[in-house]
Amino acid sequence: MTVANAVLQGVFLGAFYAVLACGLSIMFGVMRIINLAHGDVAVLGAYIVYVIVERTGVPAFVAFAVALPVMVLLGYVLQLTVLERSLKSGILTPLLATFGLSIVIQNLLQLVFSPDVRSLGGSAGSVTTASWQVTSGLSVSALGLLVLVVAVLLFAALQLFLSKTRAGWIMRATAEDADAAELAGIDSRSVYARATAIAVGIAALGGLFLGIRSVFDPVSGPTQLIFAFEAVVIGGMGSLWGTLLGGIALGVAQTVGAQIHPQFAVMAGHLLFLAVLIVRFGGGRLVLRTA
Amino acid sequence: MRVQRWTRTSKLFTAGTLVAALVLAGVPLVFESDVVQKLTTLLILVLLAVMWNALAGYGGLLSVGQQAFIGIGAYGTVFFAAQGVSPYVAMLLATLLAGAISVPISLFALRLRAAQFAIGMWVIAEVISILVRLDQNLGAGTGISLIQLNQYEPNFRQAYTFWLALAFTVIFLAALFFLLRSPLGASLQAIRDDEDAARSLGVRVAARKRLLFVLAGFGCGAAGVLVVANTLFIEPSSVFSVQWSAYMIFMVLVGGLGTFEGPILGAILLFAIQTTFTQGGPWYLVGLGATAALFALALPRGLWGTIEERLGLRLLPVGYRVVEARRDETAA
Repeated sequence: MTVANAVLQGVFLGAFYAVLACGLSIMFGVMRIINLAHGDVAVLGAYIVYVIVERTGVPAFVAFAVALPVMVLLGYVLQLTVLERSLKSGILTPLLATFGLSIVIQNLLQLVFSPDVRSLGGSAGSVTTASWQVTSGLSVSALGLLVLVVAVLLFAALQLFLSKTRAGWIMRATAEDADAAELAGIDSRSVYARATAIAVGIAALGGLFLGIRSVFDPVSGPTQLIFAFEAVVIGGMGSLWGTLLGGIALGVAQTVGAQIHPQFAVMAGHLLFLAVLIVRFGGGRLVLRTA
Repeated sequence: MRVQRWTRTSKLFTAGTLVAALVLAGVPLVFESDVVQKLTTLLILVLLAVMWNALAGYGGLLSVGQQAFIGIGAYGTVFFAAQGVSPYVAMLLATLLAGAISVPISLFALRLRAAQFAIGMWVIAEVISILVRLDQNLGAGTGISLIQLNQYEPNFRQAYTFWLALAFTVIFLAALFFLLRSPLGASLQAIRDDEDAARSLGVRVAARKRLLFVLAGFGCGAAGVLVVANTLFIEPSSVFSVQWSAYMIFMVLVGGLGTFEGPILGAILLFAIQTTFTQGGPWYLVGLGATAALFALALPRGLWGTIEERLGLRLLPVGYRVVEARRDETAA
């Protein structure tokens, strides 16, 4: 019974990872780049929500509605100022530039907010505490269910956006072949900026859930980035629904791993990630290749 | 037209480097132990920068997980010393261990590209860090001291550690220098310039990258050994910290990615910054991160690459240069 409960809690945890990973997946899908500051952007979103809650006393979800446009705008500007430039000069430059950005965000957060641990749990209302006992060993928390429902709706909305709207077609066309899209009159710069704006907005949602589920501090970002990237890779890079499944697989691996040993939780997720990489890229050819 | 490698400047400078190494060897005989300790830190930075550049600058392999090997070197030293071997022998064994472990890791990691490799290496470093935290004999999460070094008088200990650091730095720099100058080196520089073009010309790209990866595994392991010898105490959260990668990226990007001299310059700059801003703190790291990002975007060849381009200067030549023949040669 505890295993069944671990799996269920893993699904809830994994839905959270999928939300974190969603923006990373979009940016990779459209621009073939990985933003190493993605986790720090999510944590920045959590801090902005935190500030609004502290100043005005509104619930965290209301504060998020205010923070979201700020973050979307931030993503737009980030693309036009930093990422746009880095795209032009090789595959390593975006990684180097966003790694630098990650250090900058972490330490600016340290300066402004001190290294203290914060949480949004107290300002999210009864959703953080409510739960239903299904059977003796199986409980469903309201928060876990909420995150799962939001995650599924989020991925469905993105799917609809990409397949049914004109802006979505343009984004897919640019992802497929930016040069050909340019020939058809599409401004790839603005498409990329929109993609990053969406990605950063969703990262902020991930930050909100991070803050409600548990605690965060200025250096929480890198861990969130690793989990998000693991979810993207496990689900198959470039596949949107894959990212949702990858997040859930990662969450289940962690909660089931924790059953074996509390310190084995994160390790189990890492091992699943490495195993997927070996299977996908090793392809049973783990021999010394000479050419 | 002639093709030449050495110029008068580069001959003088290379000779000067050797003299400088000899002079440095005399430092512990003259200076106080805190100076010796600081210079050991500088040598560790030089070693790390040069190794990270070997990976990223020549192999196109951007690793955010070289702290895995730093940790293996540091914890390997503690482990072997606890088995009863002499601490300095333990340091050599730990360096070999880091190099040896890099071979199986390379079989897997080198199949990954760009971000997958970068974060894949990071996850490998995390996995090794968790394994160390689970081991009570290695002090688990709280850290452990290299108590076996206390048998030496502090001044002697500091001097021995410095000489070991100097020896490691000279050996790894020389290894990379001669590697890059050998026929193998030409293929490495071809991979640096254009991997696909190099492959189409028959360069065995995978084997060359493996060579660099294992060299960097040894080198970063050696740096980890020096970290524990220099500070006598290590804990997983610092020795496996991604901060090491941040420092390496800063040094190499500012100094000059893919140049031989650049990372050394970058290490000296980082050392100077660290000595000036001794309190460290967030502002200093904001500066490091912003500078690294700016260099990546605006000056991708770094300070040294730009100097080299503008002035045609080669101090430690690993490539060749084409020069106009002098008039008397043409006449003859």
